[in-house]
Amino acid sequence: MEELVSIFVRSIFIDNMVFAYFLGMCSYLAVSRTVGTSIGLGAAVIFVLGITVPINYLLENFILAKGALSWLSPRFAEADLSFLTFIMFIAIIAAMVQLVEMIIEKFSPTLYSSLGIFLPLIAVNCAILGGSLFMQERNYANIAEATAFGLGSGVGWFLAIVGIAAIREKIRYSNVPAPLRGLGITFIITGLMGIAFMSFMGIEL
Amino acid sequence: MSENDNNQKEVLFSPKNKKLLTNPLGKDNPINVQVLGICSVLAITVQLRTSIVMAISVVAVMGLANVIISLLRKTIPPRIRIIVQLTVIASLVILVDQVLKAFVYDVSRQLSVFVGLIITNCIIMGRLEAFALQNKPWPSFLDGIGNAAGYAWVLLAVGFFRELLGSGTLMGYNVIPGFMYEMGYEDNGFMILPPMALITVGIIIWVHRYKDRDLIDIS
Repeated sequence: MEELVSIFVRSIFIDNMVFAYFLGMCSYLAVSRTVGTSIGLGAAVIFVLGITVPINYLLENFILAKGALSWLSPRFAEADLSFLTFIMFIAIIAAMVQLVEMIIEKFSPTLYSSLGIFLPLIAVNCAILGGSLFMQERNYANIAEATAFGLGSGVGWFLAIVGIAAIREKIRYSNVPAPLRGLGITFIITGLMGIAFMSFMGIEL
Repeated sequence: MSENDNNQKEVLFSPKNKKLLTNPLGKDNPINVQVLGICSVLAITVQLRTSIVMAISVVAVMGLANVIISLLRKTIPPRIRIIVQLTVIASLVILVDQVLKAFVYDVSRQLSVFVGLIITNCIIMGRLEAFALQNKPWPSFLDGIGNAAGYAWVLLAVGFFRELLGSGTLMGYNVIPGFMYEMGYEDNGFMILPPMALITVGIIIWVHRYKDRDLIDIS
């Protein structure tokens, strides 16, 4: 249990998707104009990461990794399908996003309409594929750890996008040099927020 | 380019085609102006060497993906086009990944997950959607190469400054002369840290928009 909490907190603050690895920057920059929409997108990302990372964990450990197919038959003990990783992961993600979209539409139309176009966009958000690839690289011990990592990364991304949206709403009243307005200043603020988040580095959990 | 041009014999590098190649370098730059594909620019630019490998990979994937989708554009049903595009891109990225693992293993280790993330690099998807689905293979190829080159120069610029100021080297060779260090010059270790990549890109955007006033965000 302690291990799970540690992974969760680590992936929120120390290995933050946006500030430490710059994943999901495209939607982070495009959708952070107002706090409202960024909360919607952030919630959707938490949701999708929390689902796809454990599923891809199972896929990795029971199908793709070297020798993973041996549960099927001892003849496959040597099979190594890891070269298919990318294509399988992205297929799972695209399918899951589609599925999540349909489920939400059926059971909670209000949430569906507030998320709007962001749901399908998530399929090409690199934070999602990145989450699965990092999960693969870090060799989590079991599916609970993978889930904790997925959810934690999602929450970290959520915090980042809500934070930048709040700052961007305020900065409209400041006198920013003209060529820096919009994109440029957002980059620099994100850099400064990244420096702030670095203060979490070195915390041992 | 419309289909009417079919019957006219076109020169390979007509002015129109040349524009496809040069526009993304400046006023249509995928990073500075269209804000696509930022993730990798920031993450792998600590050294010039990884930036170069990444830039070449993206140029290769993008040129080929644009040509393939453009060849298939009349047979892809519009409803499933996104999954077809992702499959084509993912297959190309697998090829690139295997080549990198075979020939430059150490760089491939440093790039870690970011080779795989070329799949979700929005420049590629964006160009496939916006250009390759409507155009013939040759212009699509030029468009792909042009956009990838626009991406590449920003990548190389960021990598250049971060490695030069951060570790005093370029491609792993020392370029800051020894007497500078004796006079008290020190490498700015800050440049190696992730947040400085963001600030470097911010400054590049600043300079770019200062030179090209049309790009200034008025909203």
